[in-house]
Amino acid sequence: MSLWKKLLCLGRRKSPWLFHMNSGSCNGCDIELIAALTPRYDAEQLGVKLEPSPRHADIICISGPVTHTALKALKTVYGQVPNPKAVVAIGSCPASTNVFIDSRVLAGPLDKHIPVDVYVPGCPPRPDAILQGVAKAAQILAERAEVESAAEAKQPQVVTQAQQTNETAEVKAQ
Amino acid sequence: MNLSTILSRFLVFPGLLFAVPAAWFYLWVERKAMAKMQRRIGPPFMQPFFDFLKLMGKEVPARPGFSGFLMKMWPIFSVAAAAGACGLLPVIQSGAGFNGDLILLLSLLEVPSMFLIAAGFSSRSLWGEIGSAREATMNVAYNIVFLMAVIGIAVSQQTFSLQALAQSHGSILRWVAVLAILVCLPAKLHMNPFSLTNAEQEIYAGPTTEYVGAELAMFELAHGLEWVAATGLVAVLMAPMIANPSAAAAVFVALSLLVVLVLTGIAAGTARLAIDSSVRFYGQCALILIVIGVSSALLMRMKL
Repeated sequence: MSLWKKLLCLGRRKSPWLFHMNSGSCNGCDIELIAALTPRYDAEQLGVKLEPSPRHADIICISGPVTHTALKALKTVYGQVPNPKAVVAIGSCPASTNVFIDSRVLAGPLDKHIPVDVYVPGCPPRPDAILQGVAKAAQILAERAEVESAAEAKQPQVVTQAQQTNETAEVKAQ
Repeated sequence: MNLSTILSRFLVFPGLLFAVPAAWFYLWVERKAMAKMQRRIGPPFMQPFFDFLKLMGKEVPARPGFSGFLMKMWPIFSVAAAAGACGLLPVIQSGAGFNGDLILLLSLLEVPSMFLIAAGFSSRSLWGEIGSAREATMNVAYNIVFLMAVIGIAVSQQTFSLQALAQSHGSILRWVAVLAILVCLPAKLHMNPFSLTNAEQEIYAGPTTEYVGAELAMFELAHGLEWVAATGLVAVLMAPMIANPSAAAAVFVALSLLVVLVLTGIAAGTARLAIDSSVRFYGQCALILIVIGVSSALLMRMKL
């Protein structure tokens, strides 16, 4: 691996910039994501910055069960984030549509529309779980830099498919 | 003044080779100090460098046409201007200055902000345009105070040469002017309470909303270099005369860091002001300093 790629891996692992997108969430997960940035959890020690513009971001944090209204905006935002990018689904809603399952206003779950890299389950998940998910997504970005150039990294892989299907089954059983 | 002195000033110290790592260091100091004041741990030491690396490796979407070309060029021009401003600072008494380099320094300090305004408009983003309009308004407001403060110093010493200004001994007038410059720096560096330009979340990212990857990395670098040049200007005006080059450099860096910490403290303790309050602050409150400064400069000159 060349020196430039090594440095690039390091940079991607150490500097995950987030863009937060609410796709019809109840605000619970959004509050927990903000809590992860506050002094108690201090996401900045991992290099995390909540970016106001999707153009600046590396990782899109999506909360909510993806309503039909939010779907178009979601796809726009996903397209606006430059490659390489990763998607973190925050909460049980984007993973499985949670208690809103089978609702006619929903287009979810999230991975029907865009590839998801990390699922952070919970209703809402704790801030430390969100931080772990973000760190995992940054690691995935770094690993992609090892194997591909930025332009090739266009189709991200879903890494925790098993976790997601388990959760869906769990919700359906309820 | 020969070519090698000029090149060493612009390329080594306090130019590119010093200013680029210093820019990242100052950005880190600002973020870390802010974190400490909010009882957080804060980013690791190399964070601005990691951010730069990562941004350089991002894909930039193809933007056809002349505005796409301009969007590539503004960040590079900004870096060049800010690095040039750093190179002009008379840290070491090498005799490499020329009469009138103060005017060049002031104009180079203005250029990154001008290009930021142009960048916002050429990105054709609504948020970029709002950010640019705000930056233009703030520019007019704080520059009256900033330029008058510098002119006050220059008039009292009867010179536009930075080297001569740095070597002349300070008077009370000098401190009034330095205070006025310090009042302007938060607006110049887009810090709270005058962070209207890039008002995070409020208008997305302001003028840089549409900028991606390497372009954004260059804007961040230009911002860091602006930090070095602007705090360096204050440090040069405050620093006592020191003949030993390494001691002079150490005092320069220490004073710059002090200014960075003071500005961070102000930013941590204040909230963002609205545009009318900001302009009124510079038009009414800060103007008092300038009236005192310039009038006493003219009186000193009459006495001389």
